Amino acid sequence: MSGLSRFRGSADGIAGAAVLALLAIVAIAAPVLSPGDPLNIVGAPLTRPFEAWATPLGTDRLGRDVLAMIVHGARTSLTVGLAAALVAIAVGSAVGTLAGLMGGWIDEALMRVTEAFQTVPGFLLALAFVSTVGPSLAAIVVAIALGAWTGPARLVRAEVLSIRERDFVASARVIGMHPLAIAWREVLPHALPPVVALASVIVAGAILTEAALSFLGLGDPNRATWGGLIAEGRSVLRSAPFLSIWPGLALVVTVLGVHLTGEGVVAALALRRSQA
Amino acid sequence: MRRALSLVRRRLLGAIPVLALVIVGTFTLLEFAPGDAVDAYLGATGGDRGLVDQLRRDWGLDQGPLQRLGLYVAALARLDLGWSVAFSKPVLTVILERLPNTLLLMGAAIALAFGLGSLLGVVAGSRPGSATDRALSIGSLALYAIPGFWLGLVLIIVFAVQLRWLPSGGIETIASGLGGLARAGDIARHLVLPVSALGLLYLALYLRMMRTSMAEVWRQDFARAALARGVPRRRVLWRHVARNALLPLVTMLGLQAATMLGGSVVIESVFAVPGLGRLAHEAVAQRDTPLLLGIILVGALVVILVNLAVDVAYAALDPRVGSGKETAA
Repeated sequence: MSGLSRFRGSADGIAGAAVLALLAIVAIAAPVLSPGDPLNIVGAPLTRPFEAWATPLGTDRLGRDVLAMIVHGARTSLTVGLAAALVAIAVGSAVGTLAGLMGGWIDEALMRVTEAFQTVPGFLLALAFVSTVGPSLAAIVVAIALGAWTGPARLVRAEVLSIRERDFVASARVIGMHPLAIAWREVLPHALPPVVALASVIVAGAILTEAALSFLGLGDPNRATWGGLIAEGRSVLRSAPFLSIWPGLALVVTVLGVHLTGEGVVAALALRRSQA
Repeated sequence: MRRALSLVRRRLLGAIPVLALVIVGTFTLLEFAPGDAVDAYLGATGGDRGLVDQLRRDWGLDQGPLQRLGLYVAALARLDLGWSVAFSKPVLTVILERLPNTLLLMGAAIALAFGLGSLLGVVAGSRPGSATDRALSIGSLALYAIPGFWLGLVLIIVFAVQLRWLPSGGIETIASGLGGLARAGDIARHLVLPVSALGLLYLALYLRMMRTSMAEVWRQDFARAALARGVPRRRVLWRHVARNALLPLVTMLGLQAATMLGGSVVIESVFAVPGLGRLAHEAVAQRDTPLLLGIILVGALVVILVNLAVDVAYAALDPRVGSGKETAA
């Protein structure tokens, strides 16, 4: 509760949360806001923005409504961004807890694997994975998570290493609690706050990676994506630059919203720590 | 100097298991990719069933996965990364043709991001909370949210299409016949936009890190003691605060090497720079799996070497590092 009130005290956090709430509403209500398939042709090709009432942001080369595609693109961006971040944090936390608690060769092996994943550029890995498995929403989520789980893993491991020496963990061991129960109920809850602070960076990174993948033509072809829209507009960049500019602005606003929310979360967590 | 050498040796030894894991990983991806080397080799020329079986036997592809991994590692040891179907050349040859452009692009982007970013970070962090500080913080936060490839397109619209100041793509003017300094100037002009698109995001990152880091160092005892002793504020700023605040940024530089290499894939595609990143995109588009995995391996190697350089630089900045065994981890 006090953490929430500190979040409310952070102007950045409020602004970010407002932006994200608005985007979430747009994403959830997309079928109501612009019914039908956003990839349908609705008007003359390359209508300029603010020219026709039906298509306020203009149409693309095929005569598809840019606003409808951006609204539906919000669904893809937010879904993929949140899902990939969730998978990355869940896997990273599991690996980090395991490595930190078990120690010994398990820790050594897990950390080497983490290091190997950090050595390979995450975007190249995502590219290779999607091109091997094929572009589906699930494949893109996994591909992004492949490059993003190492950060939380290292962070959680470092936290666990310091937490496992504390008295309450020792007493849990003394009363005969199962090691898994200790990991799940005693250690993990204390190791998570710094990961929560990292979450905004991971979500923002995931959204940008999804956009870059679909920009390169590796997005789900049956969905409207912001990256795909930007790529689509490239071929007419000289005559109709707005086709690439609108979806890019949507991306910038979204990522900015995520970062600002993150600042608010950090403010809420950091203050708690200094009072403790 | 001896300290640096032993550091390099330790790091290289530590890189061996990591590289081995990367190789096993790329081999696994290669196994999961549809088709094998024989399919790829005969894809263009064609061949009957007998030839296919013959080649599979000759190349050892009819053996179990472990033997094939062994063959793969043995080939890598001979610097044989396989055959690129898309280019009809050995993978290594194709990669080595493209690598210099990417290193140039990355090096320039790192220099821009690190140099200007830390400098602006010093400006912002010299008086935390001032108007300049607020403006730089807001500006960098906005910059940090801009996807590099989109920024690249916007830069093309403004500087290449509207103002016509700079070329919109490529690494140099084709068949310009330029040599020496004129050619270097031509390449530099072509690199301005891609380097900005790739580097500005990291510039924002370094600015923010430097600022945070400086705000912390200002509060530490030695900085306050120096001010209390009457050392001029400007001298404390540079000699005590900025120098110490720089250390976490150097660490970050190594961590960002992999991300930046990934970012150059999209930037090179936007600006048609014939580098490693664009090559990765081409490999994906033409389903050239051996080439893509070769790029991943070389990319990992580049990241390891950049990190090595960063470690040596860090040891030079901070005399406490690498002097004892306890920092080996």
